[in-house]
Amino acid sequence: MVDQVTAETGLDASKQQVRQRRRAIGLALPLIAFVLASFVAPLGTLLVRSAYDPLVADALPETLVLLRTWDGTSALEEPVYATAARELLQAREERTLGQIATRVNRITSGLRSVVTRSVRKLRNASGDSWRETMIGIDDAWGEPEVWLAIRSAGERFTLRHYINALDFMRQPDGSIARQPEERRIYLPLLWRTLAISLGIAALCLAIGYPIAHLIAHAPPRRANLLLLLVLVPFWTSLLVRTTAWIVLLQTQGVINSLLVAVGLVADDGRIAMIYNMTGTFVAMTHVLLPFMVLPLYSVMRSIPRSHIRAAASLGATPFQAFWRVYWPQTLPGVGAGSLMVFILAIGYYITPALVGGSKGQLISNMIAYHMQTSLNWGLAAALAAILLVGIIALYVLYDRVVGIDRMRLG
Amino acid sequence: MVSTDDNCTSTPHVEFSGVSKSYDGRNWVVRDLDLVVHKGEFLTMLGPSGSGKTTCLMMLAGFETPAAGTIHINGVPVGDLPPHKRDIGVVFQNYALFPHMTVGGNLAFPLEVRGMDPSEQRERVARTLRLVRLEGLEDRRPGQLSGGQQQRVAIARALVFDPELVLMDEPLGALDRRLREEMQYEIRRIQRTLGITVVYVTHDQQEAMVMSDRVAVFRGGAIEQVASPEVLYEEPERAFVAHFIGENNRLNGVVRTVGDGVCEVEVGDALIKAVSLGQCPPGAAATVVVRPERVNISLGEGRHSYANELDAEIEDIAFLGDHIRLRLKLCEHSGFIVKIPNIVGHGGVLEGDRIRVGWTVLDCRALQPDAADDEEDPSASG
Repeated sequence: MVDQVTAETGLDASKQQVRQRRRAIGLALPLIAFVLASFVAPLGTLLVRSAYDPLVADALPETLVLLRTWDGTSALEEPVYATAARELLQAREERTLGQIATRVNRITSGLRSVVTRSVRKLRNASGDSWRETMIGIDDAWGEPEVWLAIRSAGERFTLRHYINALDFMRQPDGSIARQPEERRIYLPLLWRTLAISLGIAALCLAIGYPIAHLIAHAPPRRANLLLLLVLVPFWTSLLVRTTAWIVLLQTQGVINSLLVAVGLVADDGRIAMIYNMTGTFVAMTHVLLPFMVLPLYSVMRSIPRSHIRAAASLGATPFQAFWRVYWPQTLPGVGAGSLMVFILAIGYYITPALVGGSKGQLISNMIAYHMQTSLNWGLAAALAAILLVGIIALYVLYDRVVGIDRMRLG
Repeated sequence: MVSTDDNCTSTPHVEFSGVSKSYDGRNWVVRDLDLVVHKGEFLTMLGPSGSGKTTCLMMLAGFETPAAGTIHINGVPVGDLPPHKRDIGVVFQNYALFPHMTVGGNLAFPLEVRGMDPSEQRERVARTLRLVRLEGLEDRRPGQLSGGQQQRVAIARALVFDPELVLMDEPLGALDRRLREEMQYEIRRIQRTLGITVVYVTHDQQEAMVMSDRVAVFRGGAIEQVASPEVLYEEPERAFVAHFIGENNRLNGVVRTVGDGVCEVEVGDALIKAVSLGQCPPGAAATVVVRPERVNISLGEGRHSYANELDAEIEDIAFLGDHIRLRLKLCEHSGFIVKIPNIVGHGGVLEGDRIRVGWTVLDCRALQPDAADDEEDPSASG
C-alpha cells in the first residue's frame, strides 16, 4: 500500500516534470520560430546564393546540354543555335531574359546588349538557319566567347562568386588566375576593412581603458554618473550621433571654423576630417566605445583595490604594479571588448556609408552596393560569407588563445 | 607574559607622533595619536571596527597620508616616501594574492621587482615556503588553495623580501576558529624565529592576548591604553579597556573618600573599597570594575574576611564545564557575573538563593566612568 502510494506520487512527479518541460519549450517556441524565420532562414538562403544559381540552368536546359559536349573552340552546329534561339525566346516570354543577360554579362562584360538586342530581333526573324540569322544579327554569336559565357553562367553550383570576391578570374582555358592589379577591388577592401577595424578596436581600447578604470574605481555616486555619460550616447539614435559628427567635422563645421578663428588653420586650408578614412575612424570609435568600456568596467570592478596596494607594498613601482598585477587581470575584459568592437566594426555599414566618403568605405558598404544597386546577390553573398568565415576564424583563434569562457561582457 | 621593555631592545622602530587622519574633512578617523613600536616587538592594534586601527596601519604602509603629525620609521620621517620604497611587508585582510600568478609567482614578485637574479629568487621562495610549511606548492594557483593555505602564502609573500617590519590587517578574519588558533601560534612562531617587528590589527581581543607583546587598545581614533596583555587585564586604566579586555563587572557609584591609593565608592547602599588611580576625586562618579573570577562566594554562616563583602541574590546559574557562571543581583545592579571554578560542582546553590560575595581591594579598581558605556557593548564586536 505504502509502496503503491510512493510509486504513484513518483509517477505524478515525473508526469509533472514532463509537463513543466513541455511548458518551458512552449514558452521558448515563439523565440525559436522567430530566430529561424528572421535570422537563420534568410541568412541561409543568402549564403546558398553565393554558390548556387539555378536561373540560367533552368531557363536554357537543352542549350546547356548541347554546350556541355562542346570543346570550346570549334564552330558550333545549327542545332545549338536553334535550341538556344528557342529557349531564349521562351525566356523572353517568361521575362527572365534580362536576368540571364545580366548573368552572362557578369562572365564577360559587354554581352548584355548582345543577348537582349539579338533576342529582340530574333522574334521577328524567320529562316532555315538560326545560325546564320543569329550571326547576321550580331557577329558575336559566331565567336566562342558568348557561348562560353552562357555555358559558365549555366552552372547551377558555381564558385565564380567566390573567385570574383577574392579578386581572381577564370581565364578562357578554365584556369584561375589573379585579377590584374588595377582590377583588384575586394581583397584590398577586405584588408582595409580589417585594418580599420583593428585600428578602431585599438583606439577604443586606448580611450576606453582609462575611462573604464576611472568608473570602476570611483565612489559609487560618481561612478554611476560617469557610466551614464558613457551610456547616454549609446542610447541615442545612431543617425543623430553620426550627424552630430558631420556637424562637428565637416569643412565648414564647428572644429574647422574654430581652428580658423583661432588662426591655427588658414581659411582655404580647412582640414578634411569627414567623408574620408578619418571620418570613419572618428565616428565609429565613438559609436563602438561603450562596447569596449562595459566589459572592461565589469572586469576592473572585480579586481580588489588591495591588489595594487599589495603590489606596492611588495616594492613594485606604480608602473610595475599596473603592468604585472592589474593589466593581466583585465585581459578577459580587454579581449572581450576588443573582439566585440572589432567584429562589430568589420560588419559596420551605416556610419561609414554616411561619413566615410569614398576612401572610408568598408566591405559591408560593398556588400550593400551589390545587394541594392548592382543586384549581384551571388557576389554579395560570397563577400558576406567570406566575412563570416573570417570572423568565425578570429573567434576560434581568440578562444584558443584567451578562452571564450574567460571573456566578460559586463 | 613579560613586558617587552624587559626582553627586547627598546629601540623605537615605528613612531607615530600627533598623527591625525580624516577622510571627509569633518570626522576624525584618527585623532592626535602617539605610539611607539619597538624593534622586534609584536604589537597589536585592538579595537572595535571603525576605531581607526586599520587607518593607522594604512598610513604606516604609505597608502594613506596623515592629515597632521608624522610617522617615523627607524627614526626617519616617512611622510613623502611612497609605499613601494618603504620595504614593509603587508598581509591584507583578504590576502590580496594575485590570482593570475602561481604561488611561486606571487612569492617571487617582490624579488623580481627588486631585480634579484632568478636562481636566488627560487632559493628564497623555497626557503620562505618552508618557513610557512607549504613546501612544494609553488606551481599551484591561489584559487586552488584552501583558506588557511592562502593565508600562509600571503604571509610568506610579505616575508620573502626580508622586511624588518611586517603589518597584518586582520589576517585571520576569514578563517574558522580552529584554523585561526593554529595560525595565531604559527604567526607568533615565525615572528620570533625571524625577530621581525610586527604590527597586527584585529578586533578579536583573545587573538590580541595570545599573540602580542603589547596591545594598543583603540577607540574612536585614539589609543586608550598600550600595555602587555597581562597589564591590560590586571591593571586597566580606563573603563573601556577594563570591559573590552576579558569580562568585567562594572558597578557605577560615587566616590566618597580617597586615601593612599585606595578609595571608597558608594554603590547603592554599599561602600566598596577599590584601588584608586587618582582619576576620581571625592564626590565624582566612578565605575568600579571587578573580574568575575576574583569574586568569592559564601553560603550562610562561614564568614570570610574580605575588604568588600556584599549580599546578593542568584538570578541565574549556568554550567559551562570548566566553570560555573552565576548571574547575581547585587546593590540593585542586575547581571553581576561570578565565575566559580568547577572543582566541587556548584555547591548546592539554587536560583533565588541569597548568598554573600566578597573580594579584596586589589581585585577591584575605581575608574572614570565611560560616557558611551551604556550605549555600546564593546564585547559584541570582539
